[in-house]
Amino acid sequence: MRSRLLALAASVALSGAADAATVMPLDRATILVGSPFDFKVEFEAKVKADEVRITVNGEDYRTALGAGTGFVEVETDKDGKELGSAVLLRGVRIAKPGRYTVEATAGNDRWSVTWEVFGTADAPKARNIIFLLGDGLSVAHRTAARLMAKGMTGGKANGRLAMDDLDRMAFIGTSATDAVATDSANTMSAYMTGHKTAVNALGVYADRTPASLDDPRVETFAEAVRRQTRKSVGLVVTSEIEDATPAAVVAHTRRRADKAEIVEMLFSVKPEVILGGGSAYFLPRAVPGSKRRDDKDFIALFREAGYALATDRDELQAIAGRDRLLGLFHPGNLDYALDRMQLKKGTVGKFPRQPGLVEMTRAALDSLSRNPDGFFLMVEGSCIDKASHPLDWERAVFDTIEFDQAVAVARQFQAAHPDTLVVVTGDHTHGMSVIGTINDDLPGDEMREKVGTYAAAGFPNYEDRDGDGYPDRVDVSRRLALFGTNGPDHYETFRPKLDGPFEPALKTQGGTYVANDKYKDVPGAVLVKGNIPKDEESGVHAVDDVVLQAAGPGAEGFKGYMEESDVYRVLADAFALGATRTVANSPAGQASAGEASAGKASAGKTPSK
Amino acid sequence: MAATSLVIDRRRLLTGAVPAAALLAARPARAAAASLTFEELYGTIGVLGLAFSDKVKALAGQEVAMRGFMAPPLKAEAAFFVLTAIPMALCPFCSSDADWPNDIVVVYLDRKQTFAPPATLIEVTGRLEVGSWTDPESGFVSLIRLTHGRFAVVGRL
Ligand SMILES: [Zn+2]
Repeated sequence: MRSRLLALAASVALSGAADAATVMPLDRATILVGSPFDFKVEFEAKVKADEVRITVNGEDYRTALGAGTGFVEVETDKDGKELGSAVLLRGVRIAKPGRYTVEATAGNDRWSVTWEVFGTADAPKARNIIFLLGDGLSVAHRTAARLMAKGMTGGKANGRLAMDDLDRMAFIGTSATDAVATDSANTMSAYMTGHKTAVNALGVYADRTPASLDDPRVETFAEAVRRQTRKSVGLVVTSEIEDATPAAVVAHTRRRADKAEIVEMLFSVKPEVILGGGSAYFLPRAVPGSKRRDDKDFIALFREAGYALATDRDELQAIAGRDRLLGLFHPGNLDYALDRMQLKKGTVGKFPRQPGLVEMTRAALDSLSRNPDGFFLMVEGSCIDKASHPLDWERAVFDTIEFDQAVAVARQFQAAHPDTLVVVTGDHTHGMSVIGTINDDLPGDEMREKVGTYAAAGFPNYEDRDGDGYPDRVDVSRRLALFGTNGPDHYETFRPKLDGPFEPALKTQGGTYVANDKYKDVPGAVLVKGNIPKDEESGVHAVDDVVLQAAGPGAEGFKGYMEESDVYRVLADAFALGATRTVANSPAGQASAGEASAGKASAGKTPSK
Repeated sequence: MAATSLVIDRRRLLTGAVPAAALLAARPARAAAASLTFEELYGTIGVLGLAFSDKVKALAGQEVAMRGFMAPPLKAEAAFFVLTAIPMALCPFCSSDADWPNDIVVVYLDRKQTFAPPATLIEVTGRLEVGSWTDPESGFVSLIRLTHGRFAVVGRL
């Protein structure tokens, strides 16, 4: 630590001219031993190759990292302006755990960083990991879900959420390398690589060149699982399968919007189970509804690779238990749980047979659990976040209840398979709170007079007569008062949006957003002035910590305050991904041979059973 | 939807609510154009793609009029814009979270017109073009377009 501080002081003293350099992985990076990563040094000036001196713990980098010089004479920005020289080495590895100090100098340019290369247990603690992520899942979403689904009497909850019974927990810091605020790309990327990165980035450090696909890569969790084990991998989401969270399990790009390329990366990793939305990026551009700009047909490619295809819940039932599942149930994001189950708004009319997160989780577990080597399954309650952005709190809570029911499915699986680690967390939070109730029976002309605070709040009167775990309706007379801390100009209606998802603001000519007039005439609606920049169309993510909970072998690693990148370390340890062994002991070649003899497609490393 | 008639549209125009050029440009073609709605675009809608309706196939290459909403373009004045069935609350051009709905129509204007305000119903007249086409400047891929388009404001939602 001392040497790093001295180096920092030295570089600060030198700064005055453009004489700093950036080393990636960044200072304080944590790196899984043996995992491939790209090494990059960006000098802020053009330098000569023979001026460059880089050492790793005092040893020349070419020897230490076992690669060439990787010298790039000059990098340019999008307008062709020179940015300086660089050193870029792809796919280097460090074989021994320990602290590594990297010092780079070229002329006056110098920088020093220290990495921690960590090992893991030699033997895995868990056979399976089910990692369930509620996108945007905040404490208020959970509280509201419990109150809405279970009710409360005398100040005590009438029931518990599935996530309430996970026995280990940690507070998780979600910030990005470039800001305290964050998005679902860099947050899930930190969980899935052990490296924090910049907003919008997946599986890479953000470099200075304009191309989004050339940034220095780090290994994703699915890639590490493939490299070190014969376990299966599954992704289950209610968003597009190319969306930031599922993409972070497999992808490398500076720009999460590279969705067509993310499908290609998904295809190269080939998770055995892929269930969600986003078919538009699988279709060649000539097909109406396609969002690709090329002629690649990923539906056909996945089929050729041995995947069974489902496009609705009935087809999903029909292919359940097959080795490789590709379920795409919507061209974009699936509809919100509240629309799918009760209101039939959104696009439910066009896509009436979308499965829910619970059915998809069951189908995934049914398929993945046939692998005797185990599996990694990522399940995302994607639309908690998507409803929270437009301040549509009832939809966000309904999706939270659905997410919790998927947690219950994971817990049932764990009860039967105790060698399973279950992790439940969010990737970032939203600024929302439950502050009491809204009671239509309270006196007053203005809706704000009907907001019950303190003792006047009483308890909400949602009912679940059919016992499905969801309130039978959300527009009850004494409902939760859910409010956001931030947003654009919008009309507060004090009521759930029964006619379709809330669209609080619309864009104007100047690029700013104004309150959507559509809600102006809802009885009691009041104009709420925004408190964030006028070019923001919806509420934004909060910087507040996320609460992670876990149970099962390895869960004891979660405690206190942790960065998202530290969570990766617990997952890697549970699977012993740092051990020198595994695939070498059971060659992939044997696995393929086994598959072939069993008459199955052999496009990956799925074991024969 | 409080869609008003063209008569009212003209009155709005006279009061200055709409650029005069918009209506003048739109007027000559209007009589000849067949009307087409968003609901009529596709015969089948599925996860594995959409299929154009028989009406769209029959009208391809002809002058049609469609009503919808102008998605916020990248620039205040543009030669093309995206026509959507409902007003866009997000801008897919600028937000990485957002994405275009499936049923969009790209409109190429003969000359640049200023942007219509949000939640303003417009009527676009142009030649219906069907089939995949990539805009050389922006790389935007469209499957159904109105070319030589003109538009006029019909009314507020
Ligand atoms: Zn979000």
